[in-house]
Amino acid sequence: MDAADKKRLLREMLYARRFEERCYEAYVERKIGGFLHLYPGQEACAIGVLEAARPGRDYVITGYRDHVHAIKCGADPREVMAELFGKETGSSKGRGGSMHIFDVKHRFMGGYALVGGPFPLAAGIAKALKLKGEEEIAICFLGDAANNQGTFHEALNMASLWQLPVLYVCENNLYGIGTRIDRSTAVVEQYKRVCGYDIPAAQVDGQDIEKVYAAAREAVAHVRSGKGPYFLELLTYRYRGHSMSDSNAYRAKEEERQWSKRDPIIMLRDRLIEAGQLSAEEYREMDTGILEEIEQEVIPFAERSPEPKVEELERYVLADNDPWVHGGAR
Amino acid sequence: MAELMYWEAVRRAHDEEMAHDPLVICMGEDIGVAGGTYKATKGLYEKYGPDRVIDTPISENGFTGLGIGASFLGVRPIIEIMSVNFAWLAMDQIFNTAAKVRYMSGGQLEAPIVVRSPGGTAHQLGAQHSARMEKVFMGVAGLRVVTPSTPKQAYGLLKSAVRCADPVFINEHELMYNLKGEVPDGEYFHPLEGSEVVREGRDVTLFGYNISVHWALQAAGVLSREHGIEAEVVDLFALNPLDRAGIAASVARTHRAVIVEEAEPAVGVGSEVMAILNEECFFELDAAPLRVSAVNVPIPYNRSLEKAALPTARDVVEAVLAQFSR
Repeated sequence: MDAADKKRLLREMLYARRFEERCYEAYVERKIGGFLHLYPGQEACAIGVLEAARPGRDYVITGYRDHVHAIKCGADPREVMAELFGKETGSSKGRGGSMHIFDVKHRFMGGYALVGGPFPLAAGIAKALKLKGEEEIAICFLGDAANNQGTFHEALNMASLWQLPVLYVCENNLYGIGTRIDRSTAVVEQYKRVCGYDIPAAQVDGQDIEKVYAAAREAVAHVRSGKGPYFLELLTYRYRGHSMSDSNAYRAKEEERQWSKRDPIIMLRDRLIEAGQLSAEEYREMDTGILEEIEQEVIPFAERSPEPKVEELERYVLADNDPWVHGGAR
Repeated sequence: MAELMYWEAVRRAHDEEMAHDPLVICMGEDIGVAGGTYKATKGLYEKYGPDRVIDTPISENGFTGLGIGASFLGVRPIIEIMSVNFAWLAMDQIFNTAAKVRYMSGGQLEAPIVVRSPGGTAHQLGAQHSARMEKVFMGVAGLRVVTPSTPKQAYGLLKSAVRCADPVFINEHELMYNLKGEVPDGEYFHPLEGSEVVREGRDVTLFGYNISVHWALQAAGVLSREHGIEAEVVDLFALNPLDRAGIAASVARTHRAVIVEEAEPAVGVGSEVMAILNEECFFELDAAPLRVSAVNVPIPYNRSLEKAALPTARDVVEAVLAQFSR
């Protein structure tokens, strides 16, 4: 990574932060409904890992905290915001919402709301890639708490048994909704849990995007070379509650203070400034540019887009005009 | 037309579809090297190899989810769940993913999987191997549910289900795999929607599906021979969607209806068909429709208790006679 790459990643992380903060405001303004799970604090995870892969070509799947993963894959942020606003122009035509962003043309295979649900889906995508002899891989991002679901164990067993090209990324933010990891999980260090499936694993600092990128390059190379699955644990922290309906009362203020010093954006910014590769002025301009883009392009697009038509309520339940429903006779 | 057993018909559909499309795979417990508990995949492992005929670990939710993920990229998995009782474990992936992904992605993704599984009560297998779950599957939007009553249907429904872009659940029956019946020699694709009049009659309609079609036919024979009552028997091979028009049309001819179901009565095929009769042809009815259902208990092990828990052709005859006040 050269200085230009690092500046681009800094901008991507800052964009993700500002996008999510704007979602927060829109939620308070009741422009966004339902459940909303925001990503601030964890930006280096999705952006750092996917930087080491081929976003838009490799297949990516995740849980409900999915906006930033979709955008890094190539989803248009205007369409993601329109989805949150429930509009027809949204990523999922307003049928999905925050937890179900899909952008299949950029191979973002969706956000899913059942904790742990994507583990076997990712293995299945990898099975299809292997069967077709394609060189793309599947990448599955989930949180630490998902590893307490049966699907984690079932999918990792099969991925290893059949040597499937899938990278499992565990964004360990220390909390499963409101329960701290040591109160829910016997083995706190998640990378240790996968040795039971003979899958190579690593644990790195998820706040330092350069470390995430370096570890992800190794992980992606392993998976792409046909050696089977890999498990990458990233130690991270979310700066907001689990969702907007979370009071966040279960975390110690001191713990939050400590993690706020390890903000992935500030860490990279300061490193670039120290190295003389970025000025404070440039950073401010970057930030202003992002805020303007969100206010002038993203929000107005979502605001002005049409609602889905009620006449189309029953569309997308089943395939349109599938001839095999009638025994192929059509 | 050749006479095949039900399991042979299912096996033939697998074989033809796998030969037709290299992206058709099958997966499940003991289906490969062992050839399948009910022989539905016998010989396919040797023919198509371990990458396409996959012996899975005993992880129903996991391997069903894996099949769904593969289907996102155009693979057409036929997933065998060894007993429908074990399908409870895979409900998360079937309902939360397969049935909903087209909708919640705004039409971008589809999950064209087939899940097939023997339902029904066999002989003294106890409560956890005797459930009838068609009522659970048929109420979910986005999932097609079919249930073959004959080898021909078992063959043709699986063929269509594999090619259909929607997820399809096929409810087979443990006691029917050795049932013989004629199957067309050439390729045959059975419709996934509709119903079939398998016996014509003017006096009463008996609705059945899967094994209960056979109970209804037995009852119709008795009614005709011993009571001079001619029953029409309608095979509801599609449970989702149910054939509203076909159900109403038959009752418009006969003006009486009895629904024969192997499952407990609550929230099932019978109650759904009765609702359709109310909505579509209430004023055609000359008698209140009746259900013949299982008793509302977990299926007991004891042979006599097990028999007492399930409906019989005799119960169907009695229900019809009651409608005629005999």
